[in-house]
Amino acid sequence: MAANPMTQFEVYRIGPEIKIGAFDISFTNASLFMVVSSLAILIIFNLGSKKNSLLPNKVQLLAELSYTFVSKMISDTAGSKAKPYFSFIFSLFMFVLFCNMFGMIPYTFTVTSHIIVTFVLAAFIFIGVTVIGFIKHGLGYLKLFVPSGVPIVLLPLIVVIEIISYLSRPISLSVRLFANMMAGHTMMKVFGGFVISLGVVGGWLPLSFSVALTGLEILVAFLQAYVFAILTCIYLNDALNLHH
Amino acid sequence: MIKKIFFQLVFFNLFFLKEVFAAESGGMPQLNPEFWISQIFWLTLTFGILYVVLSKLILPKISANLELRKSQIQENIEAAEKQRESSEAKLKEYDDIISKSKLEANNIFKEARENVLKEINTKKETLDKQIDEEVKKVEQEINLLKKGASEKINKIAIETTSELLVKLIGTEVNNSSISAIVDDLSKRNGNKYYGN
Repeated sequence: MAANPMTQFEVYRIGPEIKIGAFDISFTNASLFMVVSSLAILIIFNLGSKKNSLLPNKVQLLAELSYTFVSKMISDTAGSKAKPYFSFIFSLFMFVLFCNMFGMIPYTFTVTSHIIVTFVLAAFIFIGVTVIGFIKHGLGYLKLFVPSGVPIVLLPLIVVIEIISYLSRPISLSVRLFANMMAGHTMMKVFGGFVISLGVVGGWLPLSFSVALTGLEILVAFLQAYVFAILTCIYLNDALNLHH
Repeated sequence: MIKKIFFQLVFFNLFFLKEVFAAESGGMPQLNPEFWISQIFWLTLTFGILYVVLSKLILPKISANLELRKSQIQENIEAAEKQRESSEAKLKEYDDIISKSKLEANNIFKEARENVLKEINTKKETLDKQIDEEVKKVEQEINLLKKGASEKINKIAIETTSELLVKLIGTEVNNSSISAIVDDLSKRNGNKYYGN
């Protein structure tokens, strides 16, 4: 019996230890679920794009609905200029969604409940968006920190706040996803523990909570993937269409 | 069997309730940097492969499928539109033909009626003329007969009176005196006998 609600987040090696130089890149349970999620995405979308019938079957419909969903999300938030980044945002959304969803299956590992994973994704997005912004607008991208229509007296303060908020983007983006996933899974574990410890007599209440929490967590799993993707779109929009 | 194990587990855990929650140690495994590099490596690898395969192979196919379906549906709609238009045109043509033929039929009917009426009129006129002529002829004949009839009657009356006189009296009387009397009588009473 796993007693500690945090033990579900422990990473352990599967198979031999692999080292490149000083770095340990062993295959772990986290790696396993990254591979599983990616493979699931590839299999589903490959099946969904294989045959093109005028009346799509279920898998094809799923793939095409996801495609139009993400494409609409991007065009709504970042406009038509964001079309070249569609594949990246689609992969990102699907990867986060599938990692979240696989984490909902009992005895699995939730990849996105690790700050390092979400932070690497967020940092990559942050650096990418910043690079795109500077390529598209040159030094004019710095105007992002100077909102128009602000009194000159307030300008130094506003600029500092804008810069801090810009720099905290990767942190807020990564911590949001990581904290949501970790908190949800911890809570489910705690309620599960209550069910066991209270037994047949008192266990029904935490069990019903656990059932309700499962539904909520599935919602959160989807919602956080959506939020992650849509925030990426919003950052991309800042870089592509300088509004300030 | 399963039930038994389940209840055993429940009571076992109740027994060790304290130990269940006392096993807090080490805090969050997320902050243990032991496998950070491994996670970064595998994330980059799996996400990279996912991105490449999706963007190069799968997403273009889905996009093409969607486009194809869109264009197919558009084509079908256009074809349906065309067919609708052509059928409307044909319907109009049909209506035109029907109204034209109705008009023609009307004209033909009118012409035929006029022709028949003309023929009837001409025939009627000729018949009327013939009838008039014949009536005139007959009237002339009647007039002639009427004129001749009074003279003949006078003659017959004169002859019969002369013969009657011969048989009654036995002597011949002068014809001219008898005729004068008959003429006088016929003039006086001619209306009574001839209706003139």
